[in-house]
Amino acid sequence: MLASLKRNWSYLAITGVIAFFMLIPFDWFLGQYTTLMIFIGIYTIVTVGLCLLMGYTGQVSLGQAAFFGMGAYISAILSKTYGVNPWLAMLIAAIMTGAFAYIIGYPIFRLKGNYLAMATLGLGLIMWILFTELSQFTGGPDGMSGIPSLSIGGFVFDSSFRCYFLVWLFCLVVLLISQNIVRSRTGRALRAIHGSEAASESIGINVNQFKVKILTLSAVYASLAGSLFVHYLRFVSPQPFDFLASVKLVVMAVIGGLASVWGAIFGAGATRVLSDELLLRFGQWDIVVYGLILVLVMIFMPEGLFVKLKELYERFRFRYRRREAQP
Amino acid sequence: MSSAQFVQYLIAGITSGSVYALVGLGFTIIYAVSKIINFAQGEFVMLGGLLSFTLIHSAGLPLIPALILSVIVAAAIGAAMYLLAIRPAKKASVVSLIIITIGAATFIRGMAGQELTKAFVRSPSFSGEQSISFLGAHIDPQALWIIGAMVLVTIIVHLFLTYTMVGKALKACAINPVASSLVGINPKTMALIAFVLASALGGIGGIVLAPLTPMSYQSGVMLGLKGFVAAAIGGFASPIAAVFGGLLLGIVENFAVAANWGPFTSSYKDAIALVVLLLILLVRSGKLAEEERAG
Amino acid sequence: MRNYLKYAVVLILVVALLALGGISCSSGGGGATPTPAATPYKVGALFANSGNNYPLGQPEWQTVEMMEKQINDAGGINGHPLDVIMYDTASDTATAATMAHKLIDQGVVAIIGPTSTGESMAIKSIANDAHVPLISCAAGSVIVQPVGNFTWVFNTPQLDYIAIERLYTYLQEQNITKIALLTDTAGFGAAGRKWLVNTDMLSKYGLTIVPNGDQTYGPTDVDMQSQLTKINGTDAQAIVCWGTNPGPAIIARNMKTLGMTIPLLCSHGIAFQSFITTAGAAANGVIFVAGKLPIVDQLPGNDTQKVVLEKYKSDFEAVYGVGSANTFGGHAYDALNMVVDALKAVGPDRAKIRDYIENDIENWPGTGGVYNMSPQNHNGLPTDPKQAMVLVKIVNGQWTWLKD
Repeated sequence: MLASLKRNWSYLAITGVIAFFMLIPFDWFLGQYTTLMIFIGIYTIVTVGLCLLMGYTGQVSLGQAAFFGMGAYISAILSKTYGVNPWLAMLIAAIMTGAFAYIIGYPIFRLKGNYLAMATLGLGLIMWILFTELSQFTGGPDGMSGIPSLSIGGFVFDSSFRCYFLVWLFCLVVLLISQNIVRSRTGRALRAIHGSEAASESIGINVNQFKVKILTLSAVYASLAGSLFVHYLRFVSPQPFDFLASVKLVVMAVIGGLASVWGAIFGAGATRVLSDELLLRFGQWDIVVYGLILVLVMIFMPEGLFVKLKELYERFRFRYRRREAQP
Repeated sequence: MSSAQFVQYLIAGITSGSVYALVGLGFTIIYAVSKIINFAQGEFVMLGGLLSFTLIHSAGLPLIPALILSVIVAAAIGAAMYLLAIRPAKKASVVSLIIITIGAATFIRGMAGQELTKAFVRSPSFSGEQSISFLGAHIDPQALWIIGAMVLVTIIVHLFLTYTMVGKALKACAINPVASSLVGINPKTMALIAFVLASALGGIGGIVLAPLTPMSYQSGVMLGLKGFVAAAIGGFASPIAAVFGGLLLGIVENFAVAANWGPFTSSYKDAIALVVLLLILLVRSGKLAEEERAG
Repeated sequence: MRNYLKYAVVLILVVALLALGGISCSSGGGGATPTPAATPYKVGALFANSGNNYPLGQPEWQTVEMMEKQINDAGGINGHPLDVIMYDTASDTATAATMAHKLIDQGVVAIIGPTSTGESMAIKSIANDAHVPLISCAAGSVIVQPVGNFTWVFNTPQLDYIAIERLYTYLQEQNITKIALLTDTAGFGAAGRKWLVNTDMLSKYGLTIVPNGDQTYGPTDVDMQSQLTKINGTDAQAIVCWGTNPGPAIIARNMKTLGMTIPLLCSHGIAFQSFITTAGAAANGVIFVAGKLPIVDQLPGNDTQKVVLEKYKSDFEAVYGVGSANTFGGHAYDALNMVVDALKAVGPDRAKIRDYIENDIENWPGTGGVYNMSPQNHNGLPTDPKQAMVLVKIVNGQWTWLKD
């Protein structure tokens, strides 16, 4: 009786959460936050990839914005300049970005720690410079506007309202796929790699291959997010893919708690709400407060806000139960 | 290209390279002692520039006291950054530390924008604006101040590291922190000294640069990245290598504009420097992995 | 125990920061509402209140703040308070695009700004497709020409090619035939370069660009000596520089260092005081094209714009200090005034506002000139360069009207 009630409760909770998410973009509800929510969805997709890479294999990437940007620019150039169908452009972008990640993965993962950070950072910077300098293709520092929207049949995703559902559908699919990977054999292998590379080698895990595969997957996620980003914003320029953008992505992953797929929503959400809503209230002081928050969070909760909150919740529940158990 | 033009490009390159060298020097010193890539390094150049401007214009201080005070304030902010932001993060990972330095950089940039100025400003030149002719080229006297400051600072840093007790301790700490702490060198104190030294270097770069080019509270971002590249060309290994890295970067930049390398204009030069960095890292990857294990 | 202390400290700090934000927001935003009963008219505004374009965006931001207060103190628009939702684009195109979506989500009736050509191009399709009138404060003619499908997009500054024709007219009168260009690779500079190198334009005024004379610089470059050294090796008789802060000031300085004496001609993108302070003595002799605001004191009494220019200047300087008014704030002044006039006449309806601006802004004197909007012309300023703009020369650190 109690068990079935509990099960029903969890279903009810899930239904409630889904209904809440479905209602957000309506004007009478939280319509003014639709743009914000779309960005949270897009950044969640990138963050999930980064969580898999950093949390499960322990590899640093300070150049994830490069993959994000590649998806965005390839999609934009193909669909705007060459008139390719946006869906096809998105697919080609994902394949090209994934292939690129696969090729650079092997040499770059010979590096570790600080040097890996430097190398990925350098890579991110190189891509950013290319976005800026290949102006005959990318439109230079000004970027490109008038990028076509995605559409199915005659239904065009040309408003924030419509894009909202599309982005979150993608986000949900990416989260579920990632959840499956984490729970599969691959996931266990990844955790083993994070624990000890030498030990994993000795039990027959091809460590390098796994790392490269995850890097490729994270690049594909980032590319998809980049494509969604440009087809929603209908504009692309180099700035959202610069060095600080890579850092912001890492911050999202860290705040979400690296070793948690669902924490990614939390990480992306907290960061975007902070930068798009809360910081605006500080007017000109916004970047001062932002810097302060970054430092404080990293000093006091380096394992992430999400993990910390979960921990506090568990502790609370534990105490509550103990009290309940006492007569 | 005439010889006069050649000299002109070379001097322009050495001038901007000198600033990158000072930033790169700071990156290298901090990295050697504490294994932290300090992305706030460029902000100290900005601080040096804006502080000296503000002290001269708003506070009405004479040139020399204003400059000395600017460097002292920049160094103090560097010390504060280490004590308040880096040291409390005891067992932070590589990523956390990088994020902390970026957070601190953002904070410093924001404060400078609010408390000093948000506009582009330029300090008065140290010794007039009448340009000097040299082998057919025209040189802004301020450029000579910049180059001179870089050379002098490099020599002082070298002497400091080689001949003073504190300098030797810094070096020892960089080579083997565990062993040096056994002989009574406190790594935390050494890290603090490294931060103070590096931010003072940045501040000096800023005060000599500010009369040459207009600076704003956002100037530190680009200078920081260039300094990072300079340090990377030098392999984050020795301070002298970082200085040469900076000079090389500056010279390549200016000749790239001069040579009109087809589509290779403007900031491709940074991309080239970064490709070099990647190649260096990859070629040395075996050795670096060993180092990482030892450290 | 110590752990708890840590969290308590973080929590208190975060709460304190948020509370501070809430306070500053409520005291800043809601203070000036006169009649809380009537629904406010929401107008969106995007300006570069930080970053490279700060000297341009700041006066625009301040102008709109000033006007919002003036209008609400005087009882609003037809009894409705004016609520300007204003965001800082930080001189960044992608931020501008994001903020534009955000404004549209909040149901603004029109958007004014952004500051620069690059930012305006970034949000042009967004506003147009959402059917929100956009009145840009940037001068690139690409923003409004040709109108085509972009029927919701207007701008108020004097268009770049008219400014270029004004400069080229002057060069022709000075018997200069060989020129060199130094342009910014971003936004305004890149858009202007397309006109500067246009062969029809050049031949109309008998000009040629010398070999090696078409140089560019990046928006974040801090030294242009190399580009200038190349130009110095040519036989160019004048340099035309197209860009905004801080490039032209650096170029003026670098030219002085290199001992170059040929004239430097700049766009209306340097018509702010801090150009003179950053370039120092090197600013003297620089010639630029501008609207009439910088020389309003020297205008004859019968000039059609004199009244509006003087009113704007005295209003602005009463709030922000003597010498602070410049043409950029004027662009925002014109843009918001057009929207306010439309709101007065047709109320808060996006389509009607668009129609009003297109059809009813006629013989409308603003700070930029006398506007005559039409379905083919979404800028509305006169196209005769001599009528539209004036030349200003910096002499002893002062703007002086270069009459010819």
